[in-house]
Amino acid sequence: MSDASLNAPRPKSSLLTLNARTKKRNAAEKRFKAYGITAIAIGVFFLAVLAFSIIRSGLPAFTNVVISVDFTLSQDEFDAAEKELFKTKAYQGLFNAAVKQTVADNQIDVAFEDDAIERIMGKTGGIIREHYRANPDDLGKPVAFELPVASRVDGYINGRVTRDTVQDSRFLMLTDLDLVDGLQEAGVIRNAFNWNFITGADSGVDNPGGAGIGASVVGSFFMMLVVLFLSLPIGVAASIYLEEFAPQNRFTDLIEVNISNLAAVPSIVFGILGLAVFIQFMHLPQSAPLVGGLVLTLMTLPTIIISTRASLKSVPPSIRDAALGVGASKMQAVFHHVLPLAMPGILTGTIIGLAQALGETAPLLLIGMVGFVARGYPDGFIAGFTEANSAMPAQIYTWAARADVSFYEKAWGGIIILLIFLLTMNIIAIILRRRFERRW
Amino acid sequence: MPLLWLVLIVLAIAAIGYVVARSRALASTGGESRTLHSLPSYYGWNAAMKAAVPAFGILVLWLLAQPFYVNNVVSGMIPESVIDEGSSRNLVIAEVRRTAEGIEQALNAGVLDPTLANDPNADVAEITARLKEAGAIVTGEITQIKLQAAQSYRSVSASGGLLMAALVILAALAGAAFAIRQTHPNFWARNTVENGIRYLLIAAASIAVLTTVGIVFSLVFNTVEFFRLYPFTDFFFGTQWAPSFSGRGGSSELGVLPLLWGTLYISIVALMVAVPVGLFAAIYLSEYASSRVRSIAKPLLEILAGIPTIVYGLFALLTVGPLLVSFFGDGGWLGVSWQGGGRAVITAGLVMGIMLIPFVSSLSDDIINAVPQSMRDGSYGLGATKSETIRQVIIPAALPGIVGAILLAASRAIGETMIVVLGAGAAARLSLNPFEAMTTVTAKIVSQLTGDSDFASPEALVAFALGMTLFVITLGLNVFALYIVRKYREQYD
Repeated sequence: MSDASLNAPRPKSSLLTLNARTKKRNAAEKRFKAYGITAIAIGVFFLAVLAFSIIRSGLPAFTNVVISVDFTLSQDEFDAAEKELFKTKAYQGLFNAAVKQTVADNQIDVAFEDDAIERIMGKTGGIIREHYRANPDDLGKPVAFELPVASRVDGYINGRVTRDTVQDSRFLMLTDLDLVDGLQEAGVIRNAFNWNFITGADSGVDNPGGAGIGASVVGSFFMMLVVLFLSLPIGVAASIYLEEFAPQNRFTDLIEVNISNLAAVPSIVFGILGLAVFIQFMHLPQSAPLVGGLVLTLMTLPTIIISTRASLKSVPPSIRDAALGVGASKMQAVFHHVLPLAMPGILTGTIIGLAQALGETAPLLLIGMVGFVARGYPDGFIAGFTEANSAMPAQIYTWAARADVSFYEKAWGGIIILLIFLLTMNIIAIILRRRFERRW
Repeated sequence: MPLLWLVLIVLAIAAIGYVVARSRALASTGGESRTLHSLPSYYGWNAAMKAAVPAFGILVLWLLAQPFYVNNVVSGMIPESVIDEGSSRNLVIAEVRRTAEGIEQALNAGVLDPTLANDPNADVAEITARLKEAGAIVTGEITQIKLQAAQSYRSVSASGGLLMAALVILAALAGAAFAIRQTHPNFWARNTVENGIRYLLIAAASIAVLTTVGIVFSLVFNTVEFFRLYPFTDFFFGTQWAPSFSGRGGSSELGVLPLLWGTLYISIVALMVAVPVGLFAAIYLSEYASSRVRSIAKPLLEILAGIPTIVYGLFALLTVGPLLVSFFGDGGWLGVSWQGGGRAVITAGLVMGIMLIPFVSSLSDDIINAVPQSMRDGSYGLGATKSETIRQVIIPAALPGIVGAILLAASRAIGETMIVVLGAGAAARLSLNPFEAMTTVTAKIVSQLTGDSDFASPEALVAFALGMTLFVITLGLNVFALYIVRKYREQYD
């Protein structure tokens, strides 16, 4: 800088040319806006990553690799096998022979030992025996069996396991994979939709292939029935009282404070409450959907009360005044006029509350829904409430906590099913709101 | 199931009462409903209500009280000498109860003869074998005294059940009969029914209070029991968390400080993710975004709030944990080996932060929107840019509310269970390294209580003390946050 410029009169500032300070301020403005956009982008990015990892990891749970074998068991063979000491082993031998026959029929030119079949298919004798004991009519007729392969073979076909990572063990030998390749080429081994995952029950720690979420969906369903039939009437009654009848006094204040605090109590504390009151004190059956439903009812009540009160409040007072004006009592005005008008809002709130309850896990851990392996469906409607069962989120947690990595895929698959339920419920709620909501 | 039948019988009596009372009311005026005080259906409802409500009240009270009475009777039958060293009366009673349930199961399965089941001098080994045959759980050894106690448990329960059924049905019949007798053209049926409904509404509203009372009682009773077995100074000031796994041993160290530190640390990491992102998202959505962007971005962010926490837990365990290890772990992309395993403070904190973003953003959004437009206009009028207005006018004005929102988010973080159970690990330690596994109060509540049904050891009871700690902390935070938010709202209303 020269002296001349220092002595020169300061240039007049102009609105058209930005000076350094204005530029700085404008840059700060731009930066600030960029922070906001970044923040939203981060949020949406996380959502996308979450959705992507759920779908990528969960979809394989819906397919499984099956091996289809035509198998005929004669009455004599059945009788002979039933007389054996190790019955399932007898069936296993017969079935393995059929598999060998299938390999020969398909002209797969691979040398293999007998044990390879068992390593690829797992122990199938039990399944075969169950089938023929349940359907004795099938004896003597050819039956097309589609049986899931062992989890390592499943992994090989789906790319989780490669030839490089396989180590020879009693579970799988490298040479077995040649046979698998041959069978796959012949179409005997293929990917099929895994209906068992949707309709089946949990299979125990050592059989990830056979695990299904069906039984726990039923458990969740019974729990939601309890929640619906308790929390809707109680929640609506409580809201009507607080919104329409409650006098301004200490007791009303106490209730209001309680409801707003209960809405923020951690869900696990409700689990402790359920454990102490329903199981320790009242000796209700552990792991029963009834107990889960009761705990979740207490947890959802604040949500339902808050949304019901909002929709009761949105019914304009002129409706009440009109009803009172033609001679209705206060009770009649509320039950005949205000409540029906508020009903869409109440139902929307209830569905959202139910969706929350459906995904809640922590309280279920404490009332014993996790230690229990739900191996089958409850028999009968009442047993559905009182018999020990699992629920969807508890089942997902159980799978995630197991040592066998193959269960992780099932856990992700379970999450997809759970999210489908939640999405459906929320969409129903949105449709209800759009169709029936009135603006006064 | 006799209970279901009982309920159905009472409902049937109520329905019959409705029909009879209604027709009686109509008949009393010769079918002329105008001369009745109330609409005919109110006479019917009066009868139905008087039949059902007292009957169900008795039913519920009886069901709550009977276990007490039965326990007392059984407890009186067990002499002090039978209770083993290291065991307690409650444990013995639980065994008696299990035996009684086993006998019931065996009787239903048809493997146990009823006369044998009720014979006080029956062979204990024989009974045990029968129970096992029926698939009942036989934990302890069944002794003669326990068998006799179980038998009287059964007989007292059975006669109690019969008495209850009789009393409930009687109450329903008496209520219906009383209401039918009341039915008279001048009887104020509507007012009576409406009064009754009013009380039912009050009862429903009181359930919120009862829930709180239930929570407090179940926590306090068991916590007191815990402190009787374990000194409370060791619990609150102990820096070691090492429950003994042998079960009934007394060598456990149950200090809460490492757990509180883990909880706090994970919550801080979570808030460090959620607060900047959530706050800036809220500012952008409420001040900059066009209504179209807002209508897309806001629901998208709120989806994050609707996702169940088990999903986040799995996300932490299976996606984020391994991802972080591949950055910070041994042989990772960054060339540092800070992180040993997927389960770490940072994993759980990061995922919990994602979960809390919509929580912070939608609460702050409401609060920023509540700042009056006149304050913005004043600032613009003085020549401030938008960001200067936000930083120097809106944020200071909204600050108390935002602090309240952050406190609410913090209380959510402290009470969150599934993410830390799956993502944070199980080791309790006092450390500053965010790449290490730590554990929290909620995770330990789960691990100490899962699968346990008899709570006599300090190892199980400590969960209630932890729950109490958690409840007090979150409640305090909530009350304080709501107080701030409410006070702030009043300021501009």
